Order: sequence, then C-alpha cells, then structure tokens
Amino acid sequence: MEETTQAKQIYDKMVKEASPDSPIVLNCIKAFVSGGFICTIGQLLRNYIETFSLGEDTTSLIVCVILILASAILTGLGLYGKLGKYCGAGTIVPITGFANSVVSPAIEFKKEGFVFGMAAKMFLIAGPVIVYGTLTSIIVGLIYYFVG
Amino acid sequence: MKNKRIGAQTVKLSEPVVIAGVSSVVGPKEGEGPLGNLFDTVAKEALYGEDSWEKAESKFVTEALQLAVEKAGKTMEDIDYILCGDLLNQCTGTTFGIKDFKVPYFGLFGACSTMGESMSLGAMLLDGGFAENVLVGASSHFCAAEKQFRFPLALGTQRPPSATWTVTGDGSAVLSKKGKGPVITEITTGKIIDMGVTDTMNMGAAMAPAAVNVLTAHFKDTGRQPNYYDVIATGDLGYIGKQLVIELMAKEGYEMGENFTDCGIEIFDKQNQDTHSGGSGCACSAVTFASYFYKKLSEGEIGRMLFIPTGALMSPTTSQQGSTIPGIAHGVVIESRKE
Repeated sequence: MEETTQAKQIYDKMVKEASPDSPIVLNCIKAFVSGGFICTIGQLLRNYIETFSLGEDTTSLIVCVILILASAILTGLGLYGKLGKYCGAGTIVPITGFANSVVSPAIEFKKEGFVFGMAAKMFLIAGPVIVYGTLTSIIVGLIYYFVG
Repeated sequence: MKNKRIGAQTVKLSEPVVIAGVSSVVGPKEGEGPLGNLFDTVAKEALYGEDSWEKAESKFVTEALQLAVEKAGKTMEDIDYILCGDLLNQCTGTTFGIKDFKVPYFGLFGACSTMGESMSLGAMLLDGGFAENVLVGASSHFCAAEKQFRFPLALGTQRPPSATWTVTGDGSAVLSKKGKGPVITEITTGKIIDMGVTDTMNMGAAMAPAAVNVLTAHFKDTGRQPNYYDVIATGDLGYIGKQLVIELMAKEGYEMGENFTDCGIEIFDKQNQDTHSGGSGCACSAVTFASYFYKKLSEGEIGRMLFIPTGALMSPTTSQQGSTIPGIAHGVVIESRKE
C-alpha cells in the first residue's frame, strides 16, 4: 500500500462508500418524539406545581430538580444510557441529558477515589457545556448591555 | 546459520512450532454469541467477581493463561516465557494478571493485533532455541476499553453503524517445540500503514490497509494465491473493514474468496447482539482463534490457515490532537498436521 496523498484520497472515498451512514432522518424523528416527551413531562409537572402558587422562579426550580433527580436515578440504574441509544439527541439535549452526563462519569470513575476519581472526572463531559455556556452568556450579556 | 527469511516480510521456521494447548475465557455477551458453546469459560458477569473493570480484565488474563497451561498438559514451571499484552494504559491488564506466575515476561503492545504479535515472537523464540514452551495471549474488556477510549458506560450515546464492539475476555496458547496439535510454520510481520483515517468510530477502515500490507507481502514472499489457504482470517476488521480488504486486494490483483473471513464477524451475531460492524479488541482474534479456529484445525477441518490479527495504533490523546490512525497487522501461518 502506497501512502501517497492521492492514494489516501482514493481510500477516503472507498471508506465513505463502504461505511453505512447513520439513519439521520429516523434519528431526528426519534429525538423529536423522545425529547418532546421529556419536555411534556416537565410541562405537566409545572402545571401541577403551579397549583401551589409558589411563584414563577420557585416553580421552575422545582421542575428542574425533579427532572434532574429522575435522570440521575435512571442513570444509576443503568436505564438512561439504554434510552440514549434509541432517543439520541432527544435524551441528550434536555436537562435530563445534562444530569446523565454528570452522573455517568461520577459512577465510572468512583473506583479511582472520591477526590481524583469521582469529583475530578464528574465534569468530563459536562465541563465543556458549562465553560462555553458561561462564555456565550457573557457575550450575549455584553451585546445586550451595549445594544439593548 | 540456515537462512529463515524467505522474503521481505516473511520468515519460515526451521521446525514447525506446536500450539500445544489453547484457552478462551470470555464475558457473558460473548457467551451468548454464535461461538458461545466453544469457549472454555464464560464469566457470568463482566466484572467477573472483581470490583473494577480493570481488575476484571486481569482476572480474565490469569484464568485464561492458567487454563491454557493446564490444557497443554503442563505446569507454569514448564513455561520459559510469557508474551502477552492488552489495550489498557501501560498494559496493566496483563501485568496485574500474570504478576504472581513468576515466569520471565515480555510485555507486548500491538493494540488488537497483539495475539498475532505474541504468536509470531513466541514461535521465533522457540525456533531460535531460546525456549521449550512459551505462553502467549491477549486480552481486552469492553467496559474498561469504553472507559479509557470513549465514554462512561452509563452515558446515553448513540454508536454509529461503523462502530465495533470490544470483546471481553482473554485468549491464550502454549507454544511448544514438541507435542501434538496444529503448528505454526511461517510468519509475515506487518508494517505500520497509515492511510489517513481519523474516525475512531470506524476502526475497520483504519486497519484494513495494514491487513492488505500483510496479505500482499505474504503472497509476494511465498508466491502463493489466496486460495492456497482453507481459511484466511483477519482479526477485528468487522464488516466494513473486510469489504475494504476485498476491494483493496482486488486492486492489487488478488481475489479474496469465500475462505476469507474476519474474527470480528464470527464472534457476534450482528442482528441479535447489536454489535454494529462486528467485534474488536485484542481478545476478538485471540478468543476466536483459541476456540473456533483451533478446534477446526485440530480436527483437520481446516488444513491451512492464514491468521492475521489487526490493530489500530492510536491513543485517545493522539486522536484528540487530530492525528490519523496508523494500522498494523501480524500474519501467522498455521497448519493442521492432522492426517
């Protein structure tokens, strides 16, 4: 096998042809339905909690806490990961997915100790979301400050 | 000295080396697969009674090596060298598994090609007159590999169709100067081939060119054609990698026929086990050889076999830095010798 640039380009084409694509349309539909289902549960919870007249902020907070707790428990039981296989973005994007991304490394790295294992590795996947989420909100805040 | 080199990458042993005994110890998923009843031991759970994936992998190593020695009718005292390796950082799956054996040891890293590498070097040690019995093997563990190379197990991710499933287990063999059993006659050592593949979820594509390097070198060095062998089995290319080998070999002027298969295809049932492109990992070729192929060789159902474990020589760090995935393959010719 010659490793020339031309040979690599030809091989790249061969690989693309031989490798089946992910079923994007089907995955999108599954994500839409499952993600929508999680959000509907959130809305139902919200409607119910609103009957206690705790105020807008507290109601939102309680809904989040319940969803996060549910996801953490399902992750611990090994069920959320299995859901993720079918739901894809539907279970990753909502707040439950964020909880899953924190709990799963915490479980996986517990054996390396509570400090350098669990705690240090807990944000292995969620870390970038926090970093760039914060950064984006700063930028948006600055734009809002000067323009808005 | 008699010249044992018969070509650029191939050597012919002056005396065939006997594969006196083999063992395969696997995880539960492998036990549920098509080769399930051929494995020596199937662990009930992936942790194998340990409290971490890494310790579990070491236990697979310990159990398999002991069993191989036992099945060869020998004891650890008879073993002159252990040659084996795995996928975990610094090959700790192996070292923690064998440290109590107190046998001289060479640690090997050939990624998933390790079984081929260990059989090659073991046979050369024997043929060189440096040993009477050499214990070789390779191990991998799905959960430990996922943890090290990809994501935590409980994370809800989707695997693409081109992804492969790391085999949990250890396959081992006792190579001897004397005894009964299938024999190793020739060895074709692969070169590192890097065709620029960067997708770590498509390892078959990354390794296929390395398998082609061994195949073409072997046929050139020996003057043979693919149909000379009853079976040509690559290590863990899976469905995609196998297809690419067929296409690349056709370009080189060789027709790969029905006798060409891949251990990653044999070990799992694609439809029912959700393993996508097939099995992978050091244990994939090791346990498939030590169960399925060894049995057929011993019974004479396979007369001549070209066994080519394949490996992807990358690490999570090199991949994250955007480096390509270099591949390697190790070819071993095994003959039945049963009349």
